[in-house]
Amino acid sequence: MGRYIVSRLLQMIPVVVGVTILVFTIMYFIPGDPVRLMLGAEATPAEIAAAREELGFNDPYLVRLGDFLGGIFLHFDFGDSWVYNTPVTTELLNRLPRTLAIALICIGMQIFIGIPLGVLAAVKQNSWVDRSAMFSALFGISMPNFWIGLMLVLFFSVRLGWLPPFGIGGPKYYILPCLALGLVGIATQARQTRSSMLEVIRSDYITTARAKGMSESRVIFRHALPNALLPVITVIGNGMGMLLAGSVVIESVFAIPGVGMYLVGGINSRDYAIVQSSVIFLAISFALIMLLVDLMYAFIDPRIKARFAGKKRRKKYA
Amino acid sequence: MLNETGEGIAPKIKRQSQFVVVTRRLSKNPLAVAGFIVAVFLAIIAIFAPLIAPYPYDKQDLVHSREAPSREHLFGTDELGRDVFSRIIWGSRFSLSIGVLAVLVGTSIGMLIGALAGYFGNVVDDTLMRLIDILQSIPGILLAIAISVVLGPGFFNSVLALSVGCIPMACRLTRAAVLKVRNEEYIEAAISINASTPRIIFRHVLPNSFAPVLVSATMMIGGIIMAAAMLSFIGLGVQPPIPEWGSMIAGGRSLIRSSPWMVTFPGIFIMLSVLAFNMFGDGLRDALDPKLKE
Repeated sequence: MGRYIVSRLLQMIPVVVGVTILVFTIMYFIPGDPVRLMLGAEATPAEIAAAREELGFNDPYLVRLGDFLGGIFLHFDFGDSWVYNTPVTTELLNRLPRTLAIALICIGMQIFIGIPLGVLAAVKQNSWVDRSAMFSALFGISMPNFWIGLMLVLFFSVRLGWLPPFGIGGPKYYILPCLALGLVGIATQARQTRSSMLEVIRSDYITTARAKGMSESRVIFRHALPNALLPVITVIGNGMGMLLAGSVVIESVFAIPGVGMYLVGGINSRDYAIVQSSVIFLAISFALIMLLVDLMYAFIDPRIKARFAGKKRRKKYA
Repeated sequence: MLNETGEGIAPKIKRQSQFVVVTRRLSKNPLAVAGFIVAVFLAIIAIFAPLIAPYPYDKQDLVHSREAPSREHLFGTDELGRDVFSRIIWGSRFSLSIGVLAVLVGTSIGMLIGALAGYFGNVVDDTLMRLIDILQSIPGILLAIAISVVLGPGFFNSVLALSVGCIPMACRLTRAAVLKVRNEEYIEAAISINASTPRIIFRHVLPNSFAPVLVSATMMIGGIIMAAAMLSFIGLGVQPPIPEWGSMIAGGRSLIRSSPWMVTFPGIFIMLSVLAFNMFGDGLRDALDPKLKE
């Protein structure tokens, strides 16, 4: 087990560094001059040239990449904003709690509403419960979250006046954004849980359990559910990625000053240092979450040890 | 005479092609059929947009700005007096074709990489798959944001930006399928008659590893249509005055109190098209993998 955790941690390093290099390289080709943006319209060409030299924008690609990587991984410094000249890292860390809060609430809804719905649909397969749950789940995964958000605002804020349409202030302000962002997750989770439950229910040990005369609820909850939950955990991890990415749009719909809105603000003010750092920040957070999911697997799934032992051997023959 | 006897026996012996079997299963699935019909319907709307739309998408009429839905303006008018219905009809061209094109481009690239990785194995496989790992650990929409910031707004730039997100899935599925196919006898036969490597990959390996990719590609179209709308909603992607559905929603956002129809209707069309592709994709998956259904 220890070896699995260590190897998983080591595997993670090249991926995180790779993600950073990839995003840096993509953003390296941005047209336009950041220095002009920093100094404003009045700056003389000489001033701009001096600033370019001083800030290292004239350095070759590899030097800049090295500086950037060193900044992030040695000093946890994501660089400075081009427009405000403030460090991006503090801003990201200040905003992270709000983004995380929304994401965690959504994950909670996904687990506590999505999974039971999926189990119910699978157990009562082809009944009206199953059909209506799956039909609404199909709608759930087909609606863009920012549109759901706006429709919720239209109904609960404009029509009924129950909830605030945007901003932050109290728990009340988080209801609509979480609903808008969480609906897709609930629907995805319900669909995934249902199909993985159905797969398990067909397996031989379930037939055996039933043949023993075990009560149906015991069959479902003791035998089927724990096995069906394994693939479900992966969906939760992926869902976290969807939520972090979705926060970009939802936060700007509801004017919640989180990481996502910071990113969109960066796009609008052409402050691409913010865009670059926020994308990398979110991607690294996602990688860390996937790592956690994988480690959780190791604790939950006894087969993982066997799989890990088999991995090296398999590679030799591939 | 000969024909009659020949026909009488042959079909029973000959195995039905997979295409026929899958199509028959698909046609029995009401959701899949409904999805297919809606998708075709939307495609027809997109193709014949100039004939269906009652007004040009950029025709302004400031006297009748922000009018509620009426008989003249089925879905109302926007802040410049443009007919929302016509704009949605025209918008279907952009939204649908971005979705389909991006998936097409991304899936083709992914299949090529996957086929190379699976066919050659060893170093090629390891290198390519590590790259795919990296690509996959960035959520697709974030990657699309980064790329479209660099490329700038526009139709083909959005297609490119969104296609990158489709690469990993297609690549993994193709690689897995190729690994399965690689040791089949017909590949050995092709090698033994000295067929060139590209010929083996394109003529023998890829066609036989296509099914899972097809399913995931169909399911991806919906997601990409949604991502495209998201991209133009936050100000990247296709820009006004082009009537892309996402940017129409963004445009109506600040007027949602007084003119909600500017936001509601484009969203309904996004939902309809995503729904159609999802339903068809679900059906296709079930049809290709019948053990799930029984």
